[in-house]
Amino acid sequence: MASLPETQITPAPVAAAAVILPYPETAIARRFFPPMPQATHPLLVKLQGFASTVLPTAFMLAFLLAFWSLACGPDSALPGPAKVWEESHEVILHPFKGVEFHGLVPDIQDGGDVGIGAHIMKSLARVLKGYALSAVIGVALGMLVGTNKYAFRALDPLFQVLRTVPPLAWLPISLAIFQQAGPSAIFLIFITAIWPIIMNTAVGVQNIPVQYRNVAKVLALNPAEYFLRIVLPACVPHMFTGLRIGVGMSWLAIVAAEMVQGGTGIGFFIWDSYNSSLLSDTIVALVWIGMVGFALDRIVGLIGRLIARS
Amino acid sequence: MKQRSYLALEGVTVEFPTKAGKFCALDHIDLNIEKGQFVALIGHSGCGKSTLLNAVAGLNKPTKGVIFLDGEVVDRPGPDRAVVFQDHSLLPWLTVEENVALAVSKTAQGKSKAEQKDWVMHNLELVQMTHAATKRPAEISGGMKQRVGIARAIAMQPRVLLMDEPFGALDALTRAALQDVVMELQARLNNTVMMITHDVDEAVLLADRVVMMTNGPAARIGEDLMVDLPRPRQRLSVIDLPAYGAARSGVIHFLHERYRNPAQAA
Repeated sequence: MASLPETQITPAPVAAAAVILPYPETAIARRFFPPMPQATHPLLVKLQGFASTVLPTAFMLAFLLAFWSLACGPDSALPGPAKVWEESHEVILHPFKGVEFHGLVPDIQDGGDVGIGAHIMKSLARVLKGYALSAVIGVALGMLVGTNKYAFRALDPLFQVLRTVPPLAWLPISLAIFQQAGPSAIFLIFITAIWPIIMNTAVGVQNIPVQYRNVAKVLALNPAEYFLRIVLPACVPHMFTGLRIGVGMSWLAIVAAEMVQGGTGIGFFIWDSYNSSLLSDTIVALVWIGMVGFALDRIVGLIGRLIARS
Repeated sequence: MKQRSYLALEGVTVEFPTKAGKFCALDHIDLNIEKGQFVALIGHSGCGKSTLLNAVAGLNKPTKGVIFLDGEVVDRPGPDRAVVFQDHSLLPWLTVEENVALAVSKTAQGKSKAEQKDWVMHNLELVQMTHAATKRPAEISGGMKQRVGIARAIAMQPRVLLMDEPFGALDALTRAALQDVVMELQARLNNTVMMITHDVDEAVLLADRVVMMTNGPAARIGEDLMVDLPRPRQRLSVIDLPAYGAARSGVIHFLHERYRNPAQAA
């Protein structure tokens, strides 16, 4: 290759370009430094966080109360908040009338005249029995349906049909089966709560990632180990979704269940107050039902998270 | 009769049923791997590398042909063919230690609890992960997870270690660190290894032998290249050897000249 003529090579003007220009003083002066905000007290920061989570709810409640009292004047059929307080403050202020606490164990007095908290406790006891049954049987059936495709084909259509039957429709049937109010109320709660538990557990088992199955295959886990070490932990999140929906459903069924079982319970309380035209008592009961249902949902959710973490 | 190799694939054909009829992924693969040999399988995406590895693992069955391991027919998955999965596949509800311990409990029958625990910790030490023994997989980085995945596999003392693109999801520096781990382990344990990779340098650096596969469907073994580099290997001392460059260029010519990526050729 021929060398290039020397004239074509011009050295780059390195020296000229390498002069470092100082940053102009005026430009430095022009720069704007916003004043540092004062350090906020950590307690104040916490308070702000608290306020920003609680205040929206508080405003919403205040707005609802205002709307309710405006919409329901003194002459309307539905009592406004002031009227509810006026008529039912006994019920609101003394929820545990007729209950004696021995430590944490409540002893509820027999016979009608007890506070709303006592009714709630009676209802909770019933819901717990029915729900515990549906949780155990529901998880077991869900596992069966999720692991065995023939069980799935056999049972899934049945579940899909039965789960749409509303709790009240089961009432005559459960009375016919059990002949007694107590067990049929529990059956009603059981049959309402079990479907979401079965469905979600089954979906959880069916959706175990193929990677985990491959790990189990490579390790040659036997069926019992596969179930305990892989299936059960892998479907905990789905299972608890079902259990959470289930606890809500079982609490929903309580009013229907307690129409059968007269005498005690929040469902009976509502039925009774409706029959004696005490609409304001019904409103108080609704608030209680809502709060307890919310608490139940949160408790099951919390248990699910604790188990998923361990 | 001729002596069979330690791991012998004889006429392995894998077909998958699809709506449009049978899809032939692998077509009569014959491959013989000696004990202690480190074999890298390389080829373009979709050429059936994973299918071949899964067949050896026993996760899918060959339609035709037989796989022998140490004279025994492979017909189901088992802990003697431990797999390092591409996505590590650690169980998220177990800690690092428990993940390895689960594998150890299935392979160390007859050992006491204390011995098993020592064995778990020993293997975690080999991949420098003892510090995170009590952590959950979600709490450690991708590279660390794959270290644990390797520890779990080698703790099973497999007859063949299968690695399915083990470092595919890692960044270049982490990948290099893990390659060093694998080289170190290979120097110590001298396992029989079958590793899938997309990375030419990884294949040449780690393997004694690079098996190159033709493009699917009906993939075959296109070329079988021995990498004549001394062991134990060190990254910096081998990359400048002529044999390294020769092997590397051989693989690159195969992949980019003779069997170009079907996606690019189209």
